[in-house]
Amino acid sequence: MSNATESAAIPIVVDFSGGLEMLFDDQRRHSVSLPAVDAGGKPANIAFLIQYLCKNLMKDPRVDLFVLDDHLRPGILVLINDADWELEGEEAYKIQPHDNILFVSTLHGG
Amino acid sequence: MAPALCVNCKTERALIKRPKNHAKLCKTCFITIFEDEVHHTITSSQLFHRGEKVAIGASGGKDSTVLASVLKTLNERHDYGLDLVLLSIDEGIKGYRDDSLETVKRNAVQYDMPLTVVGYDELYGWTMDQVVETIGKKGNCTYCGVFRRQALDRGAKMLSIKHVVTGHNADDVAETVLMNLLRGDLARLSRSTSIVTGDNRSEVKRSKPLKYSYEKEIVLYAHHKKLDYFSTECIYSPEAFRGSARSLIKQLERVRPTAILDIVRSGEDMARLVPGESPSSCACKGQKTSPMVSGEDDIGGCGSQNGRTSGNEMAAMDKQLRENEAHEGLEVDVAMAMSESKKTGAKKQKELPIRSGNGTSKNAPRQVRGNCSRCGYMSSQEICQACMLLEGLNKNRAQIQI
Repeated sequence: MSNATESAAIPIVVDFSGGLEMLFDDQRRHSVSLPAVDAGGKPANIAFLIQYLCKNLMKDPRVDLFVLDDHLRPGILVLINDADWELEGEEAYKIQPHDNILFVSTLHGG
Repeated sequence: MAPALCVNCKTERALIKRPKNHAKLCKTCFITIFEDEVHHTITSSQLFHRGEKVAIGASGGKDSTVLASVLKTLNERHDYGLDLVLLSIDEGIKGYRDDSLETVKRNAVQYDMPLTVVGYDELYGWTMDQVVETIGKKGNCTYCGVFRRQALDRGAKMLSIKHVVTGHNADDVAETVLMNLLRGDLARLSRSTSIVTGDNRSEVKRSKPLKYSYEKEIVLYAHHKKLDYFSTECIYSPEAFRGSARSLIKQLERVRPTAILDIVRSGEDMARLVPGESPSSCACKGQKTSPMVSGEDDIGGCGSQNGRTSGNEMAAMDKQLRENEAHEGLEVDVAMAMSESKKTGAKKQKELPIRSGNGTSKNAPRQVRGNCSRCGYMSSQEICQACMLLEGLNKNRAQIQI
């Protein structure tokens, strides 16, 4: 069973806006197959997704515009299926198949 | 985790957690409450009058787009009777302003508001690209800032409009309060907290109706209402100091979300202690801002004084401060410090009168509002800041430091 879960991937949609697109190939929407468990065998959560995005999706070297001190940079909002991540457990939220995760920056000007 | 229900309607699923009070709201209730609060700020501060023509300083970014959308909604809902127009400034930075100006043009159609774009080139004879070519990237933000401040006013004047609203939000105000605190510039700190700047004597009044709105909620409002806005960063160097203040504010917000409004309120309270400066918080009691309001006037509202007692301590301190002659030196204008520093070659920092009341502060003239002898623009100096910077540019020796 553990083998099956380890190899499984969760299909999700990740969106970036508010200026974060520029870190991810200038593209707003990305379909991502997220490993169902992290390196320690724990189910994938938002903290893991953030790491995964930095390693696998980010084309821009300026990681610090997205992550600061191992956490999402303050000033970036996360919406999980349109709900504020603060209502969903923030980094600990366990990702479900077909979730839509939106990262939107409040840090950029007009 | 079971989805939480909206604390307001108690039927819909909550999607927003408000930073100011942790209330969990559904999308519909959030949008209504956000608009109601801006309406409250507008009415309690008596920001507008019926039939007024108001220019919205529009950059195509989230703040001004939300401001335009909310003002249009409220103007219709509450029958303010306002004539709203969009006013955009083109700094002349290729590859930066182009996309956002396209957004503003779409906004003009979406909100059915006429749009005017004024360029630095037509106003000053210089685009920012040309400025940077001449002086380099270092310090260019000063030029851009001074020019922009006047550009909105001049644009408004061209349209015979006497009131410009900008999208400055609570985070912006908190950031400015912190910056001025860190610079020891209480006079400017005081002015920056006012919801209205400019008074009866100035030609164009400025106000910030989103002064109490969290940036987070502005972004969420734009998201849930699917507003069309554009995010960008100036291609020339960002202001490092402001950037640090911004990061600090955002980190504080993570730990204690109420911190942002608390800083805004602290700024308002500190403003009351600055002699000769006009205090301004959300004037729930219907007070009008006037430049020489005495310190004891009650400017309570929107929590700045709520829950406090008579404020005897504050009043006493205020009185003491006003009796202290040294206060004359507190009002320092950049331009004045600039001309001083030019003479002495010293940096502005050294020119700032210290609060302990020394010789310089007694000699420093109080700011008297007049007009720039060159361009006629309102200025407390013989020559306004923009003309001083332009003089330097035109002589191609722009070494003026602020």
